[in-house]
Amino acid sequence: MVSNVGKQSLGRSIHGMMKDKLVTQQRTRTQAGRADDGLGPNTDIGNRLRALYGAVQEEGVPAQLLDLLEKLDSAEQAQKSKVVSRDGE
Amino acid sequence: MSAEPTSFKREMLATLPSLRAFAVSLTGKHDKADDLVQDTVMKAWAKQTSFEMGTNIKAWLFTILRNEFYSQMRKRGREVQDSDGAFTERLSVHPSQYGSMDMQDFKKALSQLPDDQREAVILIGASGFSYEEAADICDCAVGTMKSRVSRARTRLQDLLKISGEADYGPDAVSAQVTTTNHSF
Repeated sequence: MVSNVGKQSLGRSIHGMMKDKLVTQQRTRTQAGRADDGLGPNTDIGNRLRALYGAVQEEGVPAQLLDLLEKLDSAEQAQKSKVVSRDGE
Repeated sequence: MSAEPTSFKREMLATLPSLRAFAVSLTGKHDKADDLVQDTVMKAWAKQTSFEMGTNIKAWLFTILRNEFYSQMRKRGREVQDSDGAFTERLSVHPSQYGSMDMQDFKKALSQLPDDQREAVILIGASGFSYEEAADICDCAVGTMKSRVSRARTRLQDLLKISGEADYGPDAVSAQVTTTNHSF
């Protein structure tokens, strides 16, 4: 029983380690060739930039903008079906 | 067949929050940023046949937005100059991990950068582009992009060191309370 639990948590921690490694790899990849730019995850300026930018992103997209996209899309669909039905004649 | 326009729309939707944040960083004003994003969406929609699905739609949209911004600036004879650029307006969502004084100082420092350095540091540091992508967006060499980012970072560090002292003054707490109402 005890060893079972031990095995389970060992398995979990190995899994966790692999996950950590993967995250590190991904981070290294996105930061590749820019290790010295001072804007990485542990830098003050980088973090503040992202906090500011993130705050604007979190405001969401204004409804009028979403409406515009919908209108453009439905206008295009209508145009297409018109062309198709004309082709069919 | 009909999946294409839908996925174009979907990918565009996914990019809008980041595109809008970049627009705010350029114009400094939310209403102007929204107009700019709207113009960009219409331009992009009209040009969508020239976009290859599966390539970088985010970089493509950022390029259109940036070109649109600078061409409007030129047309208006830099009347847009009244905005200092860079998030100067109040934000409805406050960046939670920082005090408002802190962010206030940072915004001020950011607005003191030359336009090209500011957009460089934002594209690389916040929008998540590679140097190659950012150089494409700004139509400059990769080396130029790197040096703009580096100069921007050095300047920001200098500016923040100076203003950093004020952060710990006796009035820091009360100032923080006051600026909460005005700026965020």
